Amino acid sequence: MTNAEVIEVGAELPALEIPPISRATLALFAGASGDHNPMHIDLDVAKSSGLSDVFAHGMLSMAYLGRLLTNWVPQHTIRHYRVRFASITPVHGKPTATGKVVTINEVDGERRAILELAVTLADGTITLTGDAVVAL
Amino acid sequence: MPVADLVIGTELPPTTLTVDAGRLRFFAKTIGETNPVYPDTAAANDAGHPDLPVPPTFLFSIELDDPDPFDFLAKAGVDLRFVLHGEQTFTYHSIAYPGDVLTATPRIADVYSKKGGTLEFIVKETAVTRAGGSPVADLKSVIIVRDPGVGP
Repeated sequence: MTNAEVIEVGAELPALEIPPISRATLALFAGASGDHNPMHIDLDVAKSSGLSDVFAHGMLSMAYLGRLLTNWVPQHTIRHYRVRFASITPVHGKPTATGKVVTINEVDGERRAILELAVTLADGTITLTGDAVVAL
Repeated sequence: MPVADLVIGTELPPTTLTVDAGRLRFFAKTIGETNPVYPDTAAANDAGHPDLPVPPTFLFSIELDDPDPFDFLAKAGVDLRFVLHGEQTFTYHSIAYPGDVLTATPRIADVYSKKGGTLEFIVKETAVTRAGGSPVADLKSVIIVRDPGVGP
């Protein structure tokens, strides 16, 4: 948890490094999240669509980015959280979630920080970009 | 153009999920959560929560608890193999906890195509409320349906 007084424009959140995503993680995330789309867990179905392998749920990476946020501030201060899924995450992809403060403003009498967020794989591929609004 | 059959403004059937601490622990374990507030009730209490907080993205899973959550796509003729998640937005109003009975009410907010129809977009907006009607969050999903002849 971070003291709001030290949050300023340009501040970077401590990066969250995730181990390579295994097939077991995808199977468990299908169950835990309720997203049973076979494209994430069944190689036969993925191949039938012309892909060479299954790929990770976008919401798994959004959950990792959510961990970055809630490691940094208490959850009740998060007003808004948005991502765009820029490219798929392959099996064994190694995501790193990052964020930085780009704006501090006041809305409805509340001081807020706007964060710019991203998830990047080890080869530099950006899989998610997004933003969050956090009350300070 | 399968998604042309989806009518903007259509409300989809609501889904209700009773938040369960065991399911939250399973979710936390799966995403490698290391913050004890999410799986450990005592740590959650110490942080001022009455129980384990529902984490920010778990609210997406309420609709998926429907026995056939992709039925609206199937009925529009969409092959699930060619569906991608384009964008996801959460606007938060209050934190949910185990025992909360949450209802997700989705509606089709927009439908459009790009790149000469090789990419079709469905925008779905979902209000999540707890029993009694108090708001928990508003979700917006952009779903992309790609042309089977074009890779992701």
